[in-house]
Amino acid sequence: MPSAPAGTLYRGREGMWSWVAHRVTGVLIFFFLLVHVLDTALVRVSPEAYDAVIGTYKTVIMGLGEAGLVAAIVFHAFNGVRIILVDFWAKGPRYQRTMLWVVVGLFAVTMAGFLPRHLMNVFGGGH
Amino acid sequence: MSTTSTSSPLAAPRDPYKRQKTTRSNYELYSWVFMRASGVVLIVLIFGHLFVNLMVGEGVHAIDFGFVAGKWASPFWQVWDLLMLWLAMIHGTNGVRTIINDYAQRDGTRLVLKSALYLAFVIVTVLGTLVVFTFDPCPPNALDYQLPSFCTA
Repeated sequence: MPSAPAGTLYRGREGMWSWVAHRVTGVLIFFFLLVHVLDTALVRVSPEAYDAVIGTYKTVIMGLGEAGLVAAIVFHAFNGVRIILVDFWAKGPRYQRTMLWVVVGLFAVTMAGFLPRHLMNVFGGGH
Repeated sequence: MSTTSTSSPLAAPRDPYKRQKTTRSNYELYSWVFMRASGVVLIVLIFGHLFVNLMVGEGVHAIDFGFVAGKWASPFWQVWDLLMLWLAMIHGTNGVRTIINDYAQRDGTRLVLKSALYLAFVIVTVLGTLVVFTFDPCPPNALDYQLPSFCTA
């Protein structure tokens, strides 16, 4: 298989960067999913084991990580809808760039709803 | 001595074009459809999961053994989480498979990476499924404060 010459940039702009972001967020979410199933599986070991590990999710650093994870999921979800519309809606390809800015707008609104509540839980939280 | 070696013999002049390998299946088509169908369902399942676990009440601070036990006492959340586990694992594994196929150029590298991926898929999916089905919300050795309230009632 021939290798691509170094230093090329496939067309760039919104279409490519949303594709890159979709891959990056997808891989991040997948690796978290593997860890998350394993930590949840500790409920079958004992309540102490589960509570000890889940306790680390309540620290400030992990709380910020959760905010990043939710941001990755929200982008991947909305951009996924955009991909479906590009594939199945007759005018999808024509409006793919517009739809990316709709995705970015919906992302901002969703995170504006999520972040204050979550960060209050993380920083002001009960324990 | 030739500096290049090819495994397949050179085609005769004016041979009609032939694909080297026929896949004989629509596997990639079904995989493409599955990514879109499962993606739509996962948006509902995961947004619901995040809302109930991070936004309601004290958010992440409310999560402990009792919280999980309280949820899985209901078949509704058992089915929800099981469906989420399977769809997310297949969707994610298929996505990473695509990425490996795109970037790993050597056959051996692809084989190793995809073998590791499929092994992780089987272990995590089987483990998660067993946990959902064999979960005991009131294990006998636990202390009362660790358990959901219905265990002691």
